Amino acid sequence: MKTVYVDNNATTQIADEVREAMLPFLTELWGNPSSMHVFGGQIKKYVETAREQVAELIGAADPQEITFTSCGSESNNLAIRGGAEAMDKPPHVITSKVEHAAVSGPCHYLEDRGFRLTKLGVDKLGRLDVETLQREVKAGRSLTSIMWANNETGMIFPVGLIGEMVHEFGGIFHADAVQAVGKIPMNVSELPIDMLSLSGHKIHAPKGVGALYIRRGTKVKPLILGGHQERGRRAGTENVPYIVGLGVACNLASKHMDEENVRVKAMRDRLEAGLLKSCHGARLNGAPAERLPNTSNISFDYIEGEAILLMLDDKGICASTGSACASGSLEPSHVLRAMQVEGMSVHGSIRFSLSTYNTEADIDAILIELPKIVQRLRELSPFVS
Amino acid sequence: MWDYTDKVNEHFRNPHNVGKVEDPSGVGEVGSLACGDALKLMFKLDDEGRISEAKFQTFGCASAIASSSALTDMILGKTLKEAEEITNKDIADYLGGLPKQKVHCSVMGREALEAAIYNYRTGEKWDKALEGEVVCHCFGVTDKEIEKVVRENHVTTVEQLTDACKAGGGCGNCIPQLEAIITRMNADDVPSEEKPMTNLQKIHLIEDVIDREIRPALRQDGGDLELVDVAGDTVKVRFRGACAGCVVSQVTLKDVVEARLKDNVSQNIIVEEVK
Repeated sequence: MKTVYVDNNATTQIADEVREAMLPFLTELWGNPSSMHVFGGQIKKYVETAREQVAELIGAADPQEITFTSCGSESNNLAIRGGAEAMDKPPHVITSKVEHAAVSGPCHYLEDRGFRLTKLGVDKLGRLDVETLQREVKAGRSLTSIMWANNETGMIFPVGLIGEMVHEFGGIFHADAVQAVGKIPMNVSELPIDMLSLSGHKIHAPKGVGALYIRRGTKVKPLILGGHQERGRRAGTENVPYIVGLGVACNLASKHMDEENVRVKAMRDRLEAGLLKSCHGARLNGAPAERLPNTSNISFDYIEGEAILLMLDDKGICASTGSACASGSLEPSHVLRAMQVEGMSVHGSIRFSLSTYNTEADIDAILIELPKIVQRLRELSPFVS
Repeated sequence: MWDYTDKVNEHFRNPHNVGKVEDPSGVGEVGSLACGDALKLMFKLDDEGRISEAKFQTFGCASAIASSSALTDMILGKTLKEAEEITNKDIADYLGGLPKQKVHCSVMGREALEAAIYNYRTGEKWDKALEGEVVCHCFGVTDKEIEKVVRENHVTTVEQLTDACKAGGGCGNCIPQLEAIITRMNADDVPSEEKPMTNLQKIHLIEDVIDREIRPALRQDGGDLELVDVAGDTVKVRFRGACAGCVVSQVTLKDVVEARLKDNVSQNIIVEEVK
């Protein structure tokens, strides 16, 4: 059975080019980039090349604005905790109700330590409540952390507008762009963004590497102390093979993103239209035109997501769900709850997230199998007569 | 990824007894769309008073569907008196066990059975509210249900209770009430000589544990502490000697003092430092 992998917002396949580029650093080129001798010291230039490749993809003015980390979560922690603690006075921390735990976690950490925390809501289509933001930013200097795109629905937030509001009152704006990087074009040097997080394994590099863009002049207190690496912002010997891999992944995205997005979006749209047509009681979560090109979140009324997911899995189809039962918590997805998705739909949401490695045959397979599964589970449901 | 047993997988993928019973003797409906799972159980009795037909419809995850399927298999051929003996643990055992976060699926099965039997006996639709007062409003769980779950599953913590019947898994406002019920139920269980301590007994025990277990450890590092006050489960202490100015005294407070008191006096103890 062929695996149909449509869970790319969770993690992605490592690109062949990325793996090939990493291998020399797992074999002969194992030196320490901080060494004085040539054997080690020569490695430094590869790290710097990777830094340039990351900077190019996101449009950073200077590669030195890129700090390598171990993952997107570390980037978010460094930006939020390190950013807040480096400000002269404890800032007003502003975030949203639909953030990834790697953002809400450090925000709550700050709240527990006496920082004022405000969480912005979203409307029923998942659009951020910027009116409340406009009011809240006036209440003193803020550290505002809002995701560029939502991992569950793919909703894209207006980071330019958010950054302007935050900057008008002297605040700092961090964008968690883990889901946006490599999926939509961006140019941070021209946007009012002070810090931006990204993760390697969401863009076909391996797990275990991420980066934080820190605009020149933005102060951040390091989380990991004890070394001069990354200009003192992140101590620890560089994870050279993975940094090289991240660089190549960024380079691939810079080169191919535009054309691949057209193809991926066409597949996503076909999948979505097909499911909404063939499955009665299927509804789209999110505002159709304001989403990442690869993500589709659909609720199937009166049935439960984990059951759908396991039956898809039997057919080799890998997706994910915002259902409570699948996560082990009792509450369904905080994102769908923030969007006030109704009770009959909130437990039956399935997220499909595509990548450049998906094919039209994958879409065909889902369009054949999923309507049958929905039908089967509806037959079991007491709410469908 | 859940570690479901083969039996759960089998009952989920090929559930037995799905559907409706024509002209049923009893119907039980529990759960709701908002809660994320719901079960409708129907049965029919034969002339000898045995369950000759049992069918279900379930909205829920794999283990909810499997628990429902298992339940219908288990009650077939039983008299109502025999069926009433089935506990949620029996359903879970029948399936070779359930992940702990999924125990509530088996509880839903047992509740549906109760509701269906109630319906047969009274002709009325079973309503949770008849069975006591709702404590957890997020998931509509009553005090009577909680007591039953605590008893049948030997629940000692709120976490176990939440796994078993969802109570406390939403906003968390009811957690103090849940703790009180668990404490009361467990206190009822223990022999009379182990009834809850009086405050005076508690203070004596705390002093004893400090003397025996805590003070000797602190003294090794040149430190000491004194008991300042005991108010309910909150124990106030003051560090002395080397502990007083120690940078890791907060760690000592939680990892040594509080941990020992929790082990020896009560899990609910909270230790606070008085400067």
